[in-house]
Amino acid sequence: MNSDKNQYLQRYNANERTNHWAVALLFILAGLSGLALFHPALFWLSNLFGGGTWTRILHPFIGVAMFILFAVLALRFVGRNRFKAHDREWLSKWRKVINNQEDDVPAVGKYNGGQKVLFWVLIISMIMLLLSGIVIWREYFSGFFAIDIIRLASLLHAFFAFVLISSIIVHVYAAIWVKGSIGAMTSGKVSQSWARKHHRLWYDEMRKKER
Amino acid sequence: MASTQDIIARSATTTTSSSIRQVDEVAKLIDTTLCIGCKACQVACSEWNDLRDEVGSNVGVYDNPNDLTADSWTVMRFEEHQTTEDDLEWLIRKDGCMHCEDPGCLKACPSPGAIIKHANGIVDFNQDKCIGCGYCITGCPFDVPRISEKDKKAYKCTLCSDRVAVGLEPACVKTCPTGAIVFGTKEDMKEHANWRIADLNRRGYENAGLYDPLGVGGTHVMYVLHHADKPEMYSGLPKNPTISPFVGAWKGVTKPLAMLAMAATAMAGFFHYIRIGPNRVEDDTHTQGTSAQVQHFDPSESRDPSQGE
Repeated sequence: MNSDKNQYLQRYNANERTNHWAVALLFILAGLSGLALFHPALFWLSNLFGGGTWTRILHPFIGVAMFILFAVLALRFVGRNRFKAHDREWLSKWRKVINNQEDDVPAVGKYNGGQKVLFWVLIISMIMLLLSGIVIWREYFSGFFAIDIIRLASLLHAFFAFVLISSIIVHVYAAIWVKGSIGAMTSGKVSQSWARKHHRLWYDEMRKKER
Repeated sequence: MASTQDIIARSATTTTSSSIRQVDEVAKLIDTTLCIGCKACQVACSEWNDLRDEVGSNVGVYDNPNDLTADSWTVMRFEEHQTTEDDLEWLIRKDGCMHCEDPGCLKACPSPGAIIKHANGIVDFNQDKCIGCGYCITGCPFDVPRISEKDKKAYKCTLCSDRVAVGLEPACVKTCPTGAIVFGTKEDMKEHANWRIADLNRRGYENAGLYDPLGVGGTHVMYVLHHADKPEMYSGLPKNPTISPFVGAWKGVTKPLAMLAMAATAMAGFFHYIRIGPNRVEDDTHTQGTSAQVQHFDPSESRDPSQGE
């Protein structure tokens, strides 16, 4: 057991990593093109896509591609993201977590309460963005909807985009903050000590499998 | 007169546009009580603006074309209103852009300068900057802008801003054979309307009045209506048009607040890292530490990691 230091646990396989990064790249493209239309101060971002008109044309297609690949990713991870009693307890100790004082924070499985909250916020945001996005997709779909539905959808689309972007900022920061996490999505591996510290129940489960 | 072309409001622009010159606001006054529905205004509009809409098919009413399109910027809407058992009243309204003082299209447009408001009150679309998103349709309280199927750009009545800029009246005004459409400063047009309304009152139209809805700050196209108390009778002219609260929330104060919140989230992360610092796994840091001190190996230090376990 003492020689485990240099051993690693497989957290994500190549397909999961590919899927994650495909969604991430599409999120960046959808986010930048969407922000260009979100606030005048960011309209210059439309230059990244070949101008305002190209931004308008591309954004919904990027969004749909992101949704489809996200749906696949979500199906892969949904089983591990059901809330359990220890997740609620973990969440109630969030102050300790963000202060790096995790001594009496309960052990969690593959995902902690915060990650599970993120997972479900992303699910809701993605579904709402898809539905509202279809309604305001002028070229193909807006003609089928009443004007007040289009107006409401415009508001909801902006709101859930805001929720999604804010959530992803938190997601990215958490990966930077908790050292040893990024490798999970690049090489697919995490150190045993990382797993033991942050996801004790998952660590135990993985060790049991090894035996 | 060139200063009438000063742009005093501009879509997707957060700073104040040029606005020091004092210019009289203009208005087109459409007197529905004098309109005979001849559609000369529609023809004049197509003529002046070089528009040729596709020939459609008759759908059983006089409206032709049946609706506003990217190639038909004005259309007569005919409403048969039954007054008594055996009498009816023909309410004909020339529909088109109302040139709102507070334009919903301009508020909704995401492309800087694609929609502008001139100092004289004319709201104009600049197709060169239009990206074709259709947000102007979402923002308009009167269902006026249309996206062209040819170029995916938004179009609507310009109030003949090119003619007005050189001191001419709009083409529809020039051609109207009954004097139902008049043009001038907004003040003069209100005065003209008052005179018309007084006349209508004398003739028994006690609810005759001016349509210059305050919900959008007033409009630069106004109507004299025989039934100003019920504008809906005129093919659904909204009684109290306003920019929808959804559009107000979508394009209002929520946008800068959302921008601020996203920036604050990123900043919170940055300062969390600075104040509290990264969350490291201790075993890993020890591994890194020992590898850096490989040259100065001390057997007593090698026990430290095991103490932690």
